Amino acid sequence: MAKLHKVSFKLNGKTVDVEVEPRELLISTLRERLAHTGAHIGCETSHCGACTVDCNGVSVKSCTVLTVQCGGAEVLTVEGLERGGALHALQQAFHEEHGLQCGYCTPGMLMRAYRLLQENPNPSEQEIRSGLAGNLCRCTGYQNIVKAVQSAARKLTAKPAAA
Amino acid sequence: MYPPAFDYHAPRSLGEALSLLSSLGGEAKLLAGGHSLLPMMKLRFAQPAHLIDLSLLPELRGIREEGGSIVIGAMTTEAELLGSTLIRNKAPLLAEGAAQIADPQVRYKGTIGGDISHGDPGNDHPALMLALDASFVLTGPKGPRSLKADGFFLGLYSTQLAADEILTQIRIPIPAAGSGWSYQKLKRKTGDFATAATAVQLEMRGANVAKVAIALTNAGPTALRAVAAERALMGKPIDGASLGGAARLAMSICEPAPDLRGDAAYKTAMCGEMTRRALEAAAARARG
Amino acid sequence: MADTAELKEREQKLQGMGASLLRKEDARFIRGQGTYIDDLTLPGMLFGAIVRSPFAHARITSIDKQKALACPGVVAVLTADDLKPVNLHWMPTAGGDVQAVLADKKVCFQYQEVAMVLATDRYAAYDGAALVEVGYEELPAITDPKQALAAGAPVIREDIADKKDVGHGPRTHPNHIFTWESGNKAAADAAFKSAAITVREEILNPRVHPCPLETCGCVASFNKATGYLTVYVTSQIPHLFRTVLAMLSGLAESKIRVVGGDIGGGFGNKVPIYPGYVVATVASIVTGVPIKWIESRIDNISTTGFARDYHGVGELAADKDGRIKGLRFSALADHGAFNSHVSASKLPAGLFSICTGSYAIPNAYCRVDAVYTNKAPGGVAYRCSLRVTEAVYLIERMMDVLAQKIGVDKAEIRRRNFVKAEQFPYTTSLGWTLDSGAYHAALDKVLTAVDYEGLRREQAAKRADPKCPTLMGIGISTFTEIVGAGPTKVCDILGIGLFDSCDIRVHPTGAVIARLGTMSQGQGHATTYSQIIATELGLPASDIVIEEGDTDKAPYGAGTWGSRSTPVAGAAAATAARKIKDKARKIAAHLLEVGEGDLEWEIDRFKVRGNPSQAKTMKEICLVSHTGNLPPGMEQGLNAVAYYDPPNLTFPFGAYLCVVDIDKFTGETKVRRFYALDDCGTRINPMVIEGQIHGGLTEAFAVALGQQLPFDESGNHLGNSLMDYFLPTAMETPHWETDHTVTPSPHHPIGAKGVAESPHVGGIPCFSNAVIDAFAHLGVTHMDMPHSSYRVWRKCQELGVNKRPGDA
Repeated sequence: MAKLHKVSFKLNGKTVDVEVEPRELLISTLRERLAHTGAHIGCETSHCGACTVDCNGVSVKSCTVLTVQCGGAEVLTVEGLERGGALHALQQAFHEEHGLQCGYCTPGMLMRAYRLLQENPNPSEQEIRSGLAGNLCRCTGYQNIVKAVQSAARKLTAKPAAA
Repeated sequence: MYPPAFDYHAPRSLGEALSLLSSLGGEAKLLAGGHSLLPMMKLRFAQPAHLIDLSLLPELRGIREEGGSIVIGAMTTEAELLGSTLIRNKAPLLAEGAAQIADPQVRYKGTIGGDISHGDPGNDHPALMLALDASFVLTGPKGPRSLKADGFFLGLYSTQLAADEILTQIRIPIPAAGSGWSYQKLKRKTGDFATAATAVQLEMRGANVAKVAIALTNAGPTALRAVAAERALMGKPIDGASLGGAARLAMSICEPAPDLRGDAAYKTAMCGEMTRRALEAAAARARG
Repeated sequence: MADTAELKEREQKLQGMGASLLRKEDARFIRGQGTYIDDLTLPGMLFGAIVRSPFAHARITSIDKQKALACPGVVAVLTADDLKPVNLHWMPTAGGDVQAVLADKKVCFQYQEVAMVLATDRYAAYDGAALVEVGYEELPAITDPKQALAAGAPVIREDIADKKDVGHGPRTHPNHIFTWESGNKAAADAAFKSAAITVREEILNPRVHPCPLETCGCVASFNKATGYLTVYVTSQIPHLFRTVLAMLSGLAESKIRVVGGDIGGGFGNKVPIYPGYVVATVASIVTGVPIKWIESRIDNISTTGFARDYHGVGELAADKDGRIKGLRFSALADHGAFNSHVSASKLPAGLFSICTGSYAIPNAYCRVDAVYTNKAPGGVAYRCSLRVTEAVYLIERMMDVLAQKIGVDKAEIRRRNFVKAEQFPYTTSLGWTLDSGAYHAALDKVLTAVDYEGLRREQAAKRADPKCPTLMGIGISTFTEIVGAGPTKVCDILGIGLFDSCDIRVHPTGAVIARLGTMSQGQGHATTYSQIIATELGLPASDIVIEEGDTDKAPYGAGTWGSRSTPVAGAAAATAARKIKDKARKIAAHLLEVGEGDLEWEIDRFKVRGNPSQAKTMKEICLVSHTGNLPPGMEQGLNAVAYYDPPNLTFPFGAYLCVVDIDKFTGETKVRRFYALDDCGTRINPMVIEGQIHGGLTEAFAVALGQQLPFDESGNHLGNSLMDYFLPTAMETPHWETDHTVTPSPHHPIGAKGVAESPHVGGIPCFSNAVIDAFAHLGVTHMDMPHSSYRVWRKCQELGVNKRPGDA
């Protein structure tokens, strides 16, 4: 049996400590050791994006990252989007714009859209579509997902109402 | 679905990495971005006993200008290339090419060094490197050596990189101001490997081509430099006749592997078409 | 008399039918708190990984488990020999055939299940699976269905070699499954003999796969102490699954519980009962611990229920004006190695005989010949409503073929042949009674919206311009769907009728829980069913909880597939609600001391006619129904259950139009515009409907423009991962414009028809027609799907449209 590695990282702001084989994928650690089953597995060839999380400020496919590579990392998953009982603007927007049906791609889409808006707060429709090109959906046809991201972008960049 | 067991090493210096590579030899594979290697390991097509992770090596990072060249650490990610003002301004062909690799998530992890050293003719950087006349710094136990991109790619998954060497740096001579560039990539869908793709870097003098490099992706066992097409364009304007001629000459060196993207006839014809479009787009930028 | 503002306010409070109510399901999904099958962990659970055949056709000469058993973490390795003692190495299929659960003696398709390795975690299970050593002796494989019935063709199904019948009539050859026909061949032949115009095309509907984002899987958990079996599973048909498990396992059906949780997309892929489920169940019964099996994506694409693979011939006979006099459609159906797909037992080719479409065709005949090949089993899947995709593809393609032959506009040919509004109910010459429709109005609305005349002028101008780098195509599809299986007199699965059910309990405080026999995989049932009940009962949808999927709690139903949920279970919901409303009316009459006939219903209450201040709200009645203040002899409670056997199927329809621009030099097709008008009768939730249309059209786009499951001559898969199987991203997917008309179903309690498969059924021929129309002026009458850039370029090359001056 391969040597186990101790890995410590931050998951949605809280430190977690795991002991894993080198071959253990981040998606397995999140889902099976840390009970964060939001990120999903949809393929084994790194195409579908259902496993997308945010790691050290970038969107990654957690099925193509080894947990041993995540020492000291800041990992953000869909479970960490809601803060203090308040949904993130993206979560609210997906709901309002009917940007989900079966929900399986949704955590990956949300986490990818989260990073997209962090880097590009006012994306055009084309930028949203290309920004989400690593996340497949079979149910929605993407149109309402795009509307949801646009809606969230407007809310997140809205200036406070004038006094 | 899940890779077989292996040992993992995360050296903190280039020296340590080279030392590990020498001692573990053929049992070890270098881990760069991991988005070519890990999928192969998950399907158990590759089963290395050891992975040597290059992500902690400071020597392999950074993008800077140095003496008329852009120097890029091999572990620079595609996303970092895209975010670099230096590259956007002074070697925009590289940015245009990187933007068409895979998808956003893969680009955050995939590295220019990994893309180059994998030797996969479907990867995009080799043709971009040929078109930019780049050189690579390969570092082994005896120290670094520099090789031009032209001649580095030998065959399918085969390059000049020796088993005990690590690709550490990419050096790109900064193209002249007013140069034109384009990377035209035909694909079945965004994120796919190229059905055919052509990289063009050129300089015009007046209405005529003064300097041109044309390189083809996925048209043979390695990226190919379309030398005859380049020669035929020298001193000529970019018009229907010269485009047709260049396309035909580029097509004449193609030996693409037929697959579900198309048969050899289609891929060859598409090589011609992408070459034509890349030349047109590059010429339009050069004038502008 | 309440004023309109107040009425509107009360109606809005209900959020009932017609409201674009935001979905209740979303709350858990946007938080990543869905409970999909792989989210489930039970104590002591083992993980199963399947060992699969690398060959499409081979004898198994040996299986050596030793190395696998020695692998750390591996607990057991099951093969056919381990299933023989319980006679489960073979299982009956919904198609009347038998299918190998774990291959015994031979394998008949690449990736067929040969063994299952059980281990303490999934990594170890995959390690173990890689170490099972299977000896094979390769046999020649049949991959082309046209070769299946050749004399001397290799026999695929030696296990049924001497069976003259596998459930659907006499077999003419060891690789023949059935021949099914419908209509009047003599009359059709006569019509062709005397016709002024006949057209004929060979039309392939290629093998594709539904590929939902979540693969199939289960957790089977047998409790040895109690003898209870619980199977958590990705199944669109939980009750039928339970019944089949009872038949297979010999366990009493009352000791089996099937639980469907959240399912990440079905599209028909999650209807069949797969070997993996059965092996996991047997493994749990034998070991007494829970067994989880989750397939990989490659396994999913390679072995689970594919769709289509119909090699068709379409023929139409018409007069000189293009009025169709006769139709002859046939198909050679490649079912793979086992006839496993769900098919109502009297309808082995599903509802293919809807192929007369939206048209009044006086003479018709259709025939399907089904054969075995060395490929994965399946056929009915992928938003097809039981072969309706195949039928509609044929007729909508042939309408264009006919139009081109005569030189009549493709919209006009349809107008000339539509069943007219005044002809409904119209019984087709293949026996279906289309009970409602308004085809001319739908098509006219679309053509006006897109300025059809303008598009044709633009197309003509582009065709006349040799410098134009693109070929412009316009595709039309005017389809009639047949969904909502179905009346027990017409169809059944393994003898069980395709009724559905709804069990409603109303609580004293006016909240409701309703359970139904269907199973959502993303269609929004928790929201839409609550809206039906809200309108029927006058209680707010927000207080109505909907449950599906747990066979211990939900009343029996046939599940969700073929767009049947709204037509059948939705009808059951309305029926059950009306039983409750009838009882509530009696209570109201009792409380108000009037006769029932003196009451009228207004949104959420009963009012006394002529004395409107005298009223009782449903909410008040809910509480009273739990007291003693009831009419004499009446039982307490407001509960009802309805089992609904629909009197007919339903016939949603639509008119779609697509504009494409094809790059002559690369063969790439850009969808410039897609306009989709759907008529699904009464519209429960417009937002949900629109979402279904977007999704179905996107899947249609994928099928028409790029999906295929290619094989080489040895039966090896050539493109069975997401590297090659075309799932469009947000970049490729076109923008969808949706529209609607409303022609209620005359028999459905709320006039609704079901909608989710329409965009797929109608979309595929629309895209295909558009691509082919782009070449129509050059004499092209048909091109097979997928219309990938490679295949379209070959047509451009053949026709020489991609020549530039100076080209060699």
